[in-house]
Amino acid sequence: MGTITGNISLTEQFRDLYRNYSDEIAANSAPLMNAFREDAITRLEKQGFPYKGREDYRYADIESVFRQDLAKSFSDQKINFKIREIFHCDVPDINTNLFLLVNGRYYNNGEMLKELPGGIIAGSLAQAAKDYPEIVEKHYDRYAGSSSDGLVAMNTAFAQDGIFIYAPPGARGEKPVQIVNIMISETGQMAQHRNLFIAGDDAELNIVICDHSLSAHRFLTNSVNEVYAGERAQIDLTRIQNEHNGSSQITHTFNQQETSSRLASNIISLHGGFIRNNVFVKLNGEYAENHSMGLYLSDKGQYIDNFVFIDHASPNCFSNQLYKGVLDDYASGSFTGRILVERDAQKTNAYQSNNNLLLTDDAKIYSRPQLEIYADDVKCSHGSTTGQLDENALFYLRSRGIDLREARFLLMFAFAHQVIQNIRVKALRERIDDLVDKRLRGELSRCNNCAMQCG
Amino acid sequence: MQNEQDHILNEVTSGEYKFGFYTDIEQDSIGRGLDEDVIRTISAKKNEPEFMLEFRLKAYRHWLTMKMPEWAHLDIPVIDYQDQIYYSAPVQKAKLNSLDEVDPELIETFNKLGIPLEEQKLLSGVAVDAVMDSISVKTTFKETLAELGIIFCSFSEAVREHPDLVRQYMGSVVPYTDNFFAALNSAVFSDGSFCYIPKGVRCPMELSTYFRINAANTGQFERTLIVAEDKSYVSYLEGCTAPMRDENQLHAAIVEIVALGSAEVKYATVQNWYPGNKEGKGGIYNFVTKRGICKGDNSKISWTQIETGSAITWKYPSVILRGHNTTGEFYSVAVTNNRQQADTGTKMIHIGKNSKSIIISKGISAGLSNNSYRGLVKVLRGAENARNFSQCDSLLLGDKCGAHTFPYIESANHSAVIEHEATTSKIGEDQIFYCNQRGISTEDAIGLIVNGYAKEVLNKLPMEFAVEAQKLLQISLEGSVG
Amino acid sequence: MLLIKDLRVSIDGEEILKGINLEVKAGELHAIMGPNGSGKSTLAAVLAGRELYEITSGKVLFKGEDLLEKSPEERAKDGLFLGFQYPIEIPGVSMVNFMKTAINSIRKNRGEEPLSASEFLKKMREKKDLVEISSSLTNRSVNEGFSGGEKKKNEIFQMAMLEPELAILDETDSGLDIDALRIVARGVNNLKSPLNATIVITHYQRLLEYIVPDFVHVLYNGRFVKSGGKELALLLEEKGYEWINAEEVN
Repeated sequence: MGTITGNISLTEQFRDLYRNYSDEIAANSAPLMNAFREDAITRLEKQGFPYKGREDYRYADIESVFRQDLAKSFSDQKINFKIREIFHCDVPDINTNLFLLVNGRYYNNGEMLKELPGGIIAGSLAQAAKDYPEIVEKHYDRYAGSSSDGLVAMNTAFAQDGIFIYAPPGARGEKPVQIVNIMISETGQMAQHRNLFIAGDDAELNIVICDHSLSAHRFLTNSVNEVYAGERAQIDLTRIQNEHNGSSQITHTFNQQETSSRLASNIISLHGGFIRNNVFVKLNGEYAENHSMGLYLSDKGQYIDNFVFIDHASPNCFSNQLYKGVLDDYASGSFTGRILVERDAQKTNAYQSNNNLLLTDDAKIYSRPQLEIYADDVKCSHGSTTGQLDENALFYLRSRGIDLREARFLLMFAFAHQVIQNIRVKALRERIDDLVDKRLRGELSRCNNCAMQCG
Repeated sequence: MQNEQDHILNEVTSGEYKFGFYTDIEQDSIGRGLDEDVIRTISAKKNEPEFMLEFRLKAYRHWLTMKMPEWAHLDIPVIDYQDQIYYSAPVQKAKLNSLDEVDPELIETFNKLGIPLEEQKLLSGVAVDAVMDSISVKTTFKETLAELGIIFCSFSEAVREHPDLVRQYMGSVVPYTDNFFAALNSAVFSDGSFCYIPKGVRCPMELSTYFRINAANTGQFERTLIVAEDKSYVSYLEGCTAPMRDENQLHAAIVEIVALGSAEVKYATVQNWYPGNKEGKGGIYNFVTKRGICKGDNSKISWTQIETGSAITWKYPSVILRGHNTTGEFYSVAVTNNRQQADTGTKMIHIGKNSKSIIISKGISAGLSNNSYRGLVKVLRGAENARNFSQCDSLLLGDKCGAHTFPYIESANHSAVIEHEATTSKIGEDQIFYCNQRGISTEDAIGLIVNGYAKEVLNKLPMEFAVEAQKLLQISLEGSVG
Repeated sequence: MLLIKDLRVSIDGEEILKGINLEVKAGELHAIMGPNGSGKSTLAAVLAGRELYEITSGKVLFKGEDLLEKSPEERAKDGLFLGFQYPIEIPGVSMVNFMKTAINSIRKNRGEEPLSASEFLKKMREKKDLVEISSSLTNRSVNEGFSGGEKKKNEIFQMAMLEPELAILDETDSGLDIDALRIVARGVNNLKSPLNATIVITHYQRLLEYIVPDFVHVLYNGRFVKSGGKELALLLEEKGYEWINAEEVN
């Protein structure tokens, strides 16, 4: 266990931490992953920590998140909790193949890697790097490696394990693969895990990630996901963030899409103290289709920040971003969406929309829908609205006898549902609808503010 | 078809810059470089009161601590600030009593630019302050305006004749600490226009400043200050050109507008600085800070800009909506061609209740150029019922240019409603074909379509200039399409 | 049932209604006609509780109680229904959820138990048939993607579901083809009873061929300038609003 304090820069602190623990980090991971660490720590030194005000982290105070005094662990911890007993995930009524990450480490209950019906292989990334090095090597750090974000380099330097999901060409899973990402500890703790999801040509993957913090301590996660969709592959990636207010979570997801692939990602941020989601999409082959959606519901002093970058690197691709948020109390939120249409990416269709509802005068929202276009035969548009519920719609509902309070809930729910309706698994969609309804009515936050009473 | 279009595109985009001549006139210049002595020299040459020198020196010292902003979507070559001349003026007699004493060369220069300095020749209803390089050459209709209590004169004259007004308002909207270029301007600015509209007065004519860079290696740093007292009205127009030169020239100006209770100020710019040649050689670097404050309730400030010139444009005319029920408007057409780069837009800062702003931006990119809209809409906590609507459209002519949109929306009031829309399009072949079929040449069709596209903004210009601007658009593009 | 006395209404300082007087009794069907801009829709909106307007004087009693004091939903619960001229689209709110919430909220006000799911669905089915509205519409979000005619039929459908005591139909006939018009009219006629009343606001006489009013009022420039029986509508059709204009001047 190492802790960091003092006035030296964060970059230096984490570099030193790495130097001090590099042996332990390597020993509890896989050689394939270890091979990337030195280079990554050099990158971190060059890139530094993102500071607030820098264009891509304009509103996010990353520095103070990392200045928290948190424990870091690089070998297996003894968890003094019976996870299965205290944890009732809100989603698993839907039938899934479940994998657990506890404090960023693969939770081994028997098998390190499993073969699921339909030929999908899933389990520990470190194990996969040993058992299937040729597959892992082809993709590991190939998409995240070119990031200019020091936090991504830091993850590459420190990440020891995470979840590996591989659908061989043509494979189709029967059930979604669910990853439950749990933070639980007797002290504040930081974790950096790494996931790798690969769908080969013509394969289909349906992945659900649930983030939870289960003990009343400060937590910080800095995770990287690399997602590869081969030709004509289809990936549905749904993330439900439901951590307590003492939790900070930074996710970086790199989606690489080949010709005619389709990838839909939905990030539902129900709860969390500080959340920053970076989504990068590279449309690397023609006729690829991407849907990047997000819904955030924030209250108290929560901060939610979504950053989406869609790179149209090939002609004839389609992308659609839809992010919607409701901010209550003194919560603040930020959305940045960038559509980049590269020089020869003709016949691009790219759309982007960000809508926000502010419920109080203390809530704040920053919205930056951006277009960067270098090809002329394209259809691109974006829109952003920030404001209140539509007065005319409210009046219509009230004129039918629906109380103002209920009318507001109905409209807020409808507002949120426009994101949720894009989730293609019906059971999951309905479950999330239900969670969102509860969250909007303030029924979900009560138990989630206190992690220990959530059962 | 493709070949023909390329040909036309070529023809149209190769439109020659029409104001590229140079006037050979005796110049009073100081040497290259910038230090405190240079600033003292400028101040001394202008016989400035002590407070001005102090202001300049404070600005200069602050500037030394600052760095060039890097956030814009611009590729700015390194600028050697010690290689610039910070003061250059056409030599003329100390005090002009009549137009006869203005150097005929200067009169000829402005005639060529279409800005006759003889009042009888001017468009009726437009008063002009003509500025060449660092100083104001002549202000017309001064006496007529003075009868209404309107002060319209060069900035230097204002410093001498109306020091209290200058002192009160200079730097109150754009402080010298605001940004790198504002600090530089505050240190070295040479001249500009000053305008004061007294309470309740509607200025009966368009006021106009015409800026001309003439001398080589010289930066132009002018400063404009407009103060509109309660219930007054003024419409202001600014034009600018420069000779064609191979080296880049720096232009870093400041415009400040103060609108008090129920006052209305309209400010229009037709920016036609030399854009450089087809290969991107030469041209003006245009780094301008323009900002107005709607200080009093019910006041209104409206910016209209037609940006066709400059090699690089960095410019965000803004409005601080301090009073209640205030209105800020920004209408912009920005055209970039060849290797021009523009990063331009606005900031609307909503502080007062019921403040409203509207942003209409039309970007047109051609050739190898890059054209970015960058705009901030910020609603502060107390700005109840603030409203903003932004529409930012981009038109791409050809497949080698870039069109970008970077809005920043920050809201901290739940009753505020902010809407932003943007689209990117090209001129459709079907639109051109439709025009062709009706007997309109492809080139004219493009002109028609571009003008139609920019119409919402062109309509905001004073009549006399709308036609000019329309022509300018056509010249800048003369016909591109893909 | 409804009593309007000297109602004056302004918006942004401009007076739209300049002293309206009207009494509507149970069992009656009133038609309010008038040219564009005469204040017809303003009157409907004010009665339903739209907050955009400033009521400068007058009073309105609905079933003996002060209507103007109440919120829009209280008025609806008391049995007042407004058929909107331009029904708004509410994406994401399903028709089923919307109607169920509305009905149960009104029932609660009357001290009745909420409808069970099966009772509710049964009622939906019955009323749907009445206005010949297809199931595909009721499965969608409120008015979303409905054609003009479908939106109007949906208004009548909602009226049928909510069973109001007083229905005010604002230009429900505008933009309808002849078949839709018949369906709307049949809906209105079927729902008519001695216990409830209807106010039909219309520009044209056409609707009144299918819905026979007991009274016709002509609203012109913020005032009722003529009232009469159904024959007034025919007279108006024949002579046009110009005729009223001339009468006014004289």
